[in-house]
Amino acid sequence: METKTKFELKMGVATREAFGQALVDLGRKDKNVVALDADLAKSTYTNLFAKEFPDRFIECGIAEADMIGIGAGLASSGKIPFAASFSVFAMNKGFEQLRVCAAFPNVNLKVVGTHSGISIGEDGPSQMSIEDLGLACSLPNFTVLSPADEISTRVLVHAAAAHVGPVFIRTGRPKTPIIYTGEAKFAIGGSAQLTDGHDLTIIATGLLVAEALRAQESLENEGLSARVIDMYSIKPLDRAAIIRAAQETRAIVVAEEHLVASGLGVRVAQVVAETAPVPMEFVGIQDTYAESGTPDELMRKYGLVATDIAAAARRVIARK
Amino acid sequence: MKKTSNVEELQAISKQVRREIVEMITHAGSGHPGGSLSAVEIVVTLFFDAMRHDPANPQWPDRDRFILSKGHAAPVLYSVMAECGYTPKDQLNTLRKLGSIYQGHPDRRFIPALEASTGSLGEGLSLGIGMALAAKLDSRPSRSYVVLGDGEIQEGQIWEAAMFGGDKKVDNLVAIVDYNRIQLDGFVNDIMPLEPLADKWRAFNWHALELNGHDIPALQAAFAEAERTKGKPTAIIAHTIKGKGVSFMENNPKFHGVAPTEQEMEKALVELR
Repeated sequence: METKTKFELKMGVATREAFGQALVDLGRKDKNVVALDADLAKSTYTNLFAKEFPDRFIECGIAEADMIGIGAGLASSGKIPFAASFSVFAMNKGFEQLRVCAAFPNVNLKVVGTHSGISIGEDGPSQMSIEDLGLACSLPNFTVLSPADEISTRVLVHAAAAHVGPVFIRTGRPKTPIIYTGEAKFAIGGSAQLTDGHDLTIIATGLLVAEALRAQESLENEGLSARVIDMYSIKPLDRAAIIRAAQETRAIVVAEEHLVASGLGVRVAQVVAETAPVPMEFVGIQDTYAESGTPDELMRKYGLVATDIAAAARRVIARK
Repeated sequence: MKKTSNVEELQAISKQVRREIVEMITHAGSGHPGGSLSAVEIVVTLFFDAMRHDPANPQWPDRDRFILSKGHAAPVLYSVMAECGYTPKDQLNTLRKLGSIYQGHPDRRFIPALEASTGSLGEGLSLGIGMALAAKLDSRPSRSYVVLGDGEIQEGQIWEAAMFGGDKKVDNLVAIVDYNRIQLDGFVNDIMPLEPLADKWRAFNWHALELNGHDIPALQAAFAEAERTKGKPTAIIAHTIKGKGVSFMENNPKFHGVAPTEQEMEKALVELR
């Protein structure tokens, strides 16, 4: 895709809403697409699909384990089911069913987690999914996607439907800056380099991609040149892009709205350690649960904004 | 395969399946004989009489779906599927051995004709609902048959699925509870009693009936009744005997999850002649 150095980050819709829109589009194209929800359809935006395709919308009630099992059964009979809930409920309450009924038999179930991370804000930690990438990536056969904006979300929802096998898509609650233009291409196992640079690489995912771009601008003002990569495919991972970043920029910061102990960072670090060891820093949620607050307050308090990424960038460059 | 409604033929197949179960598990040196033997007539009557399926065309879209949710009873399913011609009979005694298609619990990676990989209890009813809903969406005649263990329905997900099935009127779904009254740690009534069991299903808006799970005509009648029942899924509470057919295994909690010795196998095979 086209590489830019400056981004005008216009606000778009939430990635969960973009998912809901894409699901309707999928439903029009393929009658085998069905949607399942567990009493959160208004929040996950599967209500858009339910409105247009009531016969293909399955309301499971507040029973995520059952929802995942029903979805796996539908997939085993040739349907392309999308089961949606808050990420924390789909992944944590459905985890055993995702393991035994979806991952292990490798069925064609798509699971969409909305309201991921701490940016859901005031509802607090019981609703905050900060372990979901780690849990999803721990499941063999699963593809794990984490789009940064509405445009990449729409494309990746279609890519998930086209892919045969279980997929987890992580989306968020807040409105999200638009990173891409409509022509951008995304593929399972790919990544998008948004800026080129030679002093370090910032590998970010989800909401933190926009923060990484803001950090890149402030670093540029200090005379530091940062390559920014949107790692929207968490599993499989774009190993080639990581290896190139390590070899060409010799320092890496990973930024994610997830526990640092089990998210994108450790996966990138594994590739770097295996191929081209360079200094790394990790921006993410430390070994803790957050609290109630506005999304902005929480992102600042828990160290997930551009200034945190820029600080990590300076640290990692100093270690080169 | 030759399907049959003849009760004597189904009884003869059941006896053969019991012999194979005992032999398989003895050769494996581990496994779950009690709950395999208790489910024999249920599985035999389904595969040889009640179910719409074709071993020559295992992916037939209009087939009925069978899910052994109590996956630890895999030997009964393996024996019956081999008898139907889905899988090789001469490999049954490789059960649980490295490389065998007859894995410790049903595994679709090794036997694609299996509808589900099971073994973690409580999950099969939801799968059966999903398959039943897919059939309804596609206007196919397929029905889902899910065999549950009695201990298994202590799992909460079963009741999530029960609530869904009743509310959504999934009438092409049949749950069969193999009520053999014994689970790993002992008698169900001592661990977590289930009664009033049929009333529980009725309270969830299922059609529920009780029968002797070794009585083949009763099973045939129940499957037919389930098919005639519209607007509700059917739960069949099948009262069975754990270890049925082998005197020293019957009602003996020891044989929930312990393989017979060679001598015990010989003794059992004499009884199952």
